[in-house]
Amino acid sequence: MLKYALRRLGWLIPLLVIVSVLVFSIIYLMPGDPAVIIAGEGATNEDIENVRHSLGLDKPIYEQYLIWVSRAMRGDFGRSIRTGRPVATEISFRFANTMRLSIVSIVIAAIIGLAAGIVSATRRYSLADNVVMALAMIGISITPFYLGLMLMLFFSVKLGWFPLMGFTTLSSMILPAITLGARPMAMIARMTRSSMLEIMGQDYILAARAQGLPERLVIFKYALRNALNTVITVVGLQFGSLLGGAVITETVFAWPGIGRLAVESIRARDFPVLQASILVIAASFVVINLIVDLTYALVNPRIRYS
Amino acid sequence: MRVSAMPNVNSTHVTKKFLISETSRRELSRQWYRFKKRPIAVIGFFIVLVFIVIAFVAPLIAPYDPYVTDFKNMLAKPSSAHLLGTDELGRDILSRILYGSRISLVIGLAAVGIAMLIGVPLGLIAGYYGGKLDNLIMRVMDILMAFPSILLAIVVVSILGPGLQNTIIAVSVFSVASFARLARGEVLNIKNQEFIEASRALGAGDGWIIYWHILPNTISPLIVWTTLNVSSAILTAAGLGFLGLGAQPPLPEWGAMLAKGREYLLIAPHITTFTGLAILLLALGLNLLGDGLRDILDPRLKE
Repeated sequence: MLKYALRRLGWLIPLLVIVSVLVFSIIYLMPGDPAVIIAGEGATNEDIENVRHSLGLDKPIYEQYLIWVSRAMRGDFGRSIRTGRPVATEISFRFANTMRLSIVSIVIAAIIGLAAGIVSATRRYSLADNVVMALAMIGISITPFYLGLMLMLFFSVKLGWFPLMGFTTLSSMILPAITLGARPMAMIARMTRSSMLEIMGQDYILAARAQGLPERLVIFKYALRNALNTVITVVGLQFGSLLGGAVITETVFAWPGIGRLAVESIRARDFPVLQASILVIAASFVVINLIVDLTYALVNPRIRYS
Repeated sequence: MRVSAMPNVNSTHVTKKFLISETSRRELSRQWYRFKKRPIAVIGFFIVLVFIVIAFVAPLIAPYDPYVTDFKNMLAKPSSAHLLGTDELGRDILSRILYGSRISLVIGLAAVGIAMLIGVPLGLIAGYYGGKLDNLIMRVMDILMAFPSILLAIVVVSILGPGLQNTIIAVSVFSVASFARLARGEVLNIKNQEFIEASRALGAGDGWIIYWHILPNTISPLIVWTTLNVSSAILTAAGLGFLGLGAQPPLPEWGAMLAKGREYLLIAPHITTFTGLAILLLALGLNLLGDGLRDILDPRLKE
């Protein structure tokens, strides 16, 4: 296990370095000269050169990267072109909002998905099973922007239960959390069902039943506990993708998260914000997925050797 | 047609060919029979088929030109003149949805096609040769997978600029890695089996073995994965359109139509309702089909 963990951790650092190089080079791959954009409209050639020099954009690219990355490691991402405020402040505020939304989403998704999956698996081919599986199918086929807009239309406009937008109150969080959590919820329900069914076909479940153990005990103590391994992995991986996938939900509900910040900064050509937001999303995505993989390997010895 | 009923064939080679096609035809009809027994897969198949037909005949069945504006009928509610209503420029929603199926299907199929053509050979090579080459290829794939799919697509589009072609490229980039991983896993499963060794003992080269023995054995999971991937490619592309980074107006792209509809959600909810329904139905059809195919083609998951 230790060897496997070290191998995975050893790859983490180079991976993060490569990711940071890619993220840094985005501004040079994007159309437009950063210095011209930063200098703004109506700037003279002299102004542009001044900007280029003062921001160090006239230095060789590798030197610029080293400066950028060493500052970034100290939490300094420069200042936003659009607002002039420090990028780090904005990023941490936005990242916290996305985290808050993602955590609430995944908790809702895990609870409902798991419960639905257990119902489905224990009452296979029943009406409840069919309804759960049909809803799960819709859950993975619907785009968050359609689901979000429909929820808004029904619950906020028609029924007036929740505010249309905003992010300060708890009730303003419910619709975005459901929208974001729908897909993981569906995945968790399907995964719980299939892994429980697989385990319930095993001999030791038959043995447990033959011993006369109550069905409830067989299901919860034996079948569910073993199925949980797989389910936990799905929850973890889905949580990782929520961070990036939140961008659409954030746009629908005007939620000030980091994904929306990245898209806004692309439109505004706000390079420091763009680099920082994408780096933060990718880095947290990589780290979360690594933690999930290691946890899975810890409970599932077969994985370590493949 | 039975082989024995065939006219006399002189070359044994040709006879063998017929035999092969006969068995594969039987296999095909057996799988078709299994397929028919799964109503959900059949429903998925027909939903997808309907959308493909619509994409081909859109100009024939669309009641209006999807680009023609009508300022006397802006944001009109569904009526007999406009079955699904009109948008903020008075354009017929139904016609735009029908034409939009072309864009979504083209993006989905092209993106997944490109990803498959690049990803599968990479995965086959990585899995077959192993060692340093495997390490190199799979580490590059890891880098692609370090970004959540929609974010990677956003980054690619921000570099290339928005538009239909760039959407296709952006969506396919992430899928390359998933195809490579899938193909590699399949190779690892079969490369040490006896029939591969037998073929090598008979003098077959690496290219021959990969093409004739390994690739055919990866086809089933690939078909399933492709179907499911087209669905997620269409959803990602629609997401880019929704964010204003995909196909640009006035193209009737579903995601962009929904983004516009969002602005008029309170006064003209029919725009978002019907357009979103089209995306949902197409994705649902593909996912049902993919699930059904998996049950049939993937023997490991057979009950």
